[in-house]
Amino acid sequence: MLHVNNLTAAIGGKQILNDLNLEVGDNEIFGLLGPNGSGKSTFAHALAGRDGYDITGEVTLDGADLLDMEPEARAAAGVFMGFQYPVEIPGVNNMYFLRTALNSVRRARGETEVGARDFLNVSKKAMDLVEMKEDFLYRSVNAGFSGGEKKRNEILQMAIMEPRLAVLDETDSGLDIDALRIVAGGVNALRSPERSMVVITHYQRLLDYIKPDFVHVLVDGRIVKSGDHTLALHLEANGYADFENDLGDASEQSFAGAQS
Amino acid sequence: MTAPMSESTRTIEELTSADYEYGFSTDLETDIAPPGLDESVVRLISSKKDEPEWLLEWRLKAYAAWREMEEPDWAKLEIAPIDYESISYWAAPKQKPVLDSMDDVDPDIREMFDKLGIPLHEQKMLSNVAVDAIVDSVSVTTTFKATLLEAGVIFCSFSEAVKDYPDLVREHLGSVVPVRDNFFAALNSAVFSDGSFCYIPKGVRCPMELSTYFRINSMNTGQFERTLIVAEDDSHVSYLEGCTAPQRDENQLHAAVVELVAKDRAEIKYSTVQNWYPGDENGVGGIYNFVTKRGRAHTDAKISWTQVETGSAITWKYPSVILQGDRSIGEFYSVALSCRRQQADTGTKMIHIGKDTTSTIISKGISAAHGQNTYRGLVKILRSAENARNYTQCDSLLLGKECGAHTIPYIEVKNPTAQVEHEASTSTVGEDQLYYCRQRGMTEEDAMSMIVNGFCREVFNELPMEFAVEAQLVGISLEGSVG
Repeated sequence: MLHVNNLTAAIGGKQILNDLNLEVGDNEIFGLLGPNGSGKSTFAHALAGRDGYDITGEVTLDGADLLDMEPEARAAAGVFMGFQYPVEIPGVNNMYFLRTALNSVRRARGETEVGARDFLNVSKKAMDLVEMKEDFLYRSVNAGFSGGEKKRNEILQMAIMEPRLAVLDETDSGLDIDALRIVAGGVNALRSPERSMVVITHYQRLLDYIKPDFVHVLVDGRIVKSGDHTLALHLEANGYADFENDLGDASEQSFAGAQS
Repeated sequence: MTAPMSESTRTIEELTSADYEYGFSTDLETDIAPPGLDESVVRLISSKKDEPEWLLEWRLKAYAAWREMEEPDWAKLEIAPIDYESISYWAAPKQKPVLDSMDDVDPDIREMFDKLGIPLHEQKMLSNVAVDAIVDSVSVTTTFKATLLEAGVIFCSFSEAVKDYPDLVREHLGSVVPVRDNFFAALNSAVFSDGSFCYIPKGVRCPMELSTYFRINSMNTGQFERTLIVAEDDSHVSYLEGCTAPQRDENQLHAAVVELVAKDRAEIKYSTVQNWYPGDENGVGGIYNFVTKRGRAHTDAKISWTQVETGSAITWKYPSVILQGDRSIGEFYSVALSCRRQQADTGTKMIHIGKDTTSTIISKGISAAHGQNTYRGLVKILRSAENARNYTQCDSLLLGKECGAHTIPYIEVKNPTAQVEHEASTSTVGEDQLYYCRQRGMTEEDAMSMIVNGFCREVFNELPMEFAVEAQLVGISLEGSVG
């Protein structure tokens, strides 16, 4: 479903992603690991369409050229990004935000909008998934939320938006063990034949809960190693040093999971 | 302070420089006085309105006072000199000035109000809102007058009130804003043309929202209206005013005076949605909105001002409360938006005189493009005001790099039992907020509107239900025609 071909990204003249290649098939979960500054978040933002990057290469989702689209068009095409630092929007209630978001993508796709009552039902189901109480809906978007609540809110949004491709950027950072379990439980429940996910993380910890089909290691803007979930265990034990010292033939090692 | 540079500045400026959708003018046959102001003009206005002698005397006294006063030197405003001799002080659509039946309203005027979204047919209107429609200098119609009178509530144009309820007008006119209060209040007192008058008798809760819609239509005229609301003991009223004007290259002067009297245990809620023509992006044209608004709260009374100020080239306005009675309450909730080259210098004055008086000030200033927004507020606690309390919160939002936000609080405390709190913050709409919303599928315009409306939430919550349609408030100025 997702093809990434020779993707490069630079910001202010500094190259961050180097000829990155990746294939994601239906119903797959990818773990994307890497040390600080390796380009993991840049990769997520390149998919989501953040301004400020110089980007070359090709990225298609179900055949559609993502790089040509505004962020909101990518959202309508099915791209969802779980933010590492979810943004606070004071004075805008969470439910209003969620419904506006859902109806924006539905409108863009030519689908009918969801009314207030139907939306309440949709959101209640999604809230059960991340173990949230109803008052959560009436608070301002992320304003005054704890770190764990913010991340649960991201998963809640994902459950409501029902994306084709979810890119979760360090969703585990800042979570205590209970919150981690809840967030991972939400992600697992949202696995679907219609959906794939890229789970970006520093640590193997999250992958104990979300078992990825593939693990890719990103170093200096390239995928230097790919494997199954045991690769994450190897990294946990040995760190990234092996890859950082051996970048010579890195691009040859980048390969894909199942073809979509 | 000035906003920091931001990559999203250009898009924000594009988003905030949309068209003014009320900029049309209507071709009405109009009776206009020649420009210029002297005693004869004051007499002309008074005679046009067929006023009693005492009111003419009152006007002449005001005119004499005004002649001796000096135009204030604005601290934070840049104002091209105003030529008071080039302004026409009287303009009225040629028709019967005041009408009781909608069927008698000039079809052109009716069409103008339809275009503004204020249908004057009672059956087409919000059924619980009465409207006084004012074009240039005169009231053209007041709806639901009969219904209100059944409850004892008087709601009519100021001119009618002078004729029908002279004692009430005479007793209260100038009792809160004296003739010599300030330069523009004195000018208004001399030449005021029309406005609304409301009287709520003892113990009556006004059965519907009252509102006045002000429309400037003629060129080169000033609009000087006067509103007086008197709420007797234990009464309650909610009042809203809306304002628009055609798009013109000349500046037009609007100098209004509003006086509120809340007797014992009465409550007046006064809301304003001001959207006069702001001028173009180069600062050409637009309304000078110099307004004096003040209320006097007697024992256990409450006066609450809510204002959403999105229009005018220059706004100078400090809706104030004199907390005279013990335990009286004053509130001020304000959103002021300055786009293009607009300048807003607005805030409030809370004068605590009675014991255990309480005031709350929530001010939200939004500056975009080249807009300059100043909050200027006075909290004054007199020696007599034992246990007075004030809470002030001033938040500024900056959209873009050329705009400015300024907060100038004045606090004077003469009684040591007072508790006064002041909080202020300045923020920007972050690129990250816009990106977050867009990643969730919203267009940049929708995202901007949502974020700005969120910033104003505490104030919008204070607007009467009938008018709390957020998209119609900040949306109008930020995005031009929506949908």
